[in-house]
Amino acid sequence: MSDPAGLAISLHRVDCLPVIQLENVTKTYPKASRPSLDDVSVGIEKGEFVFFIGPSGSGKSTIIKLLLHEVSPTQGKVMVNAKDVTSIRSWKIPHFRRSIGCVFQDFRLLPNRTAYENVAFALEVIGKTKAVSRRVVPEVLELVGLGGKEHRYPHELSGGEQQRVAVARAFVNRPLILLADEPTGNLDPDTSIEIMRLLDRINRTGTTVVMVTHDSNIVNQMRRRVIEIESGRIVRDQARGVYG
Amino acid sequence: MRLKYVLNEVLVGLWRNVTMTVAMIITMAVSLTMLGASVLLYMQVDQMKNFYYGEIEVSIFLRSDVTDAQRSAIDSAISANPLVANKTYETREEALERFQQLWKDSPEFVKSVGPNSLPESFRVKLKDPETYKTFTDQMTGMQGIQDIIDQRALLDKVFNIFNAIQVGALVVAGVMALAALLLVGNTIQVAAYSKRREVAVMKLVGASNWFIQAPFVLEAVVAGIIGAVLGFIFLFVSKVVLLDTKLQALTNILTPIDNGNVWLMLPLLAGVGALVSAATAWITLRFYLKV
Repeated sequence: MSDPAGLAISLHRVDCLPVIQLENVTKTYPKASRPSLDDVSVGIEKGEFVFFIGPSGSGKSTIIKLLLHEVSPTQGKVMVNAKDVTSIRSWKIPHFRRSIGCVFQDFRLLPNRTAYENVAFALEVIGKTKAVSRRVVPEVLELVGLGGKEHRYPHELSGGEQQRVAVARAFVNRPLILLADEPTGNLDPDTSIEIMRLLDRINRTGTTVVMVTHDSNIVNQMRRRVIEIESGRIVRDQARGVYG
Repeated sequence: MRLKYVLNEVLVGLWRNVTMTVAMIITMAVSLTMLGASVLLYMQVDQMKNFYYGEIEVSIFLRSDVTDAQRSAIDSAISANPLVANKTYETREEALERFQQLWKDSPEFVKSVGPNSLPESFRVKLKDPETYKTFTDQMTGMQGIQDIIDQRALLDKVFNIFNAIQVGALVVAGVMALAALLLVGNTIQVAAYSKRREVAVMKLVGASNWFIQAPFVLEAVVAGIIGAVLGFIFLFVSKVVLLDTKLQALTNILTPIDNGNVWLMLPLLAGVGALVSAATAWITLRFYLKV
């Protein structure tokens, strides 16, 4: 915990297993005429930064849901950290989710709690003590650039600042993977870039970042791995890609 | 810290929706009172059966023109009968004396009964009161017997009334319990809705299922226990007010209700109240908080 960044990077060097692996995954929702994901196979290494892009309804959000085990694949295997997600017993899923941080377009903060309390809440409901949050929360709020604004309520913060709180909450538990579902969807371009810098900084600590987005501007600036999905199939997987 | 958090959530939850909480507690209390009354009555009837059936006698009244030979024939027939535990003989004079003693508060009534209007009788106690029918069949047909009366038949009528009251109380308890359960379900739904954001975040960050559900379930359990305590108090007060004072006349017929039995209702009602609300809350959460 004292040096999570160093630890994560050294792990990365030793462990070459992909942290996320989809093997021939097909997902058909009940009553849907065609599958949302159709025989998708992809591997993501530890410490990677990956964009999933594609039009609405192409199936990119389904990937996030599969990784969180909110839905199960119709066919194929979803491996996270070398574990088959579908084989996790339902009562162990909460524990599994602690290794994944999540950020959404709509922030999903608790309106009646301050920035500090929002982050501390995430720690305390998984059994961490108040002493731990007193130590860790100011640190992570400082990391996301909210030093001095700990005691503001969400409505007293700008959209970008609210998303920073959300990122702090997702990252405070030092997850293996950070999933971001259109994290800049509600933000203006400048603020979006700041959030991307933040995600990039988090990625440099060794955290694998998977981001679903529409934002061509950001994808083009970041020059990271881009996986394009169309009608449930991967049509492009490029190491230092652009939106295209 | 987590315990403190959960308990705090329970209090906040109960207070947030206080009208509903009160409604939940009242229906729960009424339902549990009826349940307690029903159980008490059941125990009471059981106790009374034990008490009275032990005391029960079969009375064989003799005809007024009975001869000495007939009387001694009946006497020896009773003595020889293997079903009989013991017997006593009551003369007309003894019968009159007993009658006067019994009705000493109504001298007019006593005066209207002459020394010859009451029949002499054998009072027979059977080893097993259930064998009354066999015994009667064996005795009828003997010369000089006017009538054979079993007190059991009379008592059964009384017990039937008690049983009907008990079943009635149980039915009311059941109907009220249904209402209480629907209220618990509804309260939990409302609580789950008003905390939907917190629940969504907890699920997202991987809080365990029990931790998410515990405040809701405990909220229902606390309401159930408060309802049970109120129900118990109501039961206890009615016992004291009704049976020990107002209806004391009844207690000459009723065997006294044991205070221990009344106290026994507290854990019983609390247990039933807590368990039933917890189960209802938990089942409601299965539907409204897919975890």
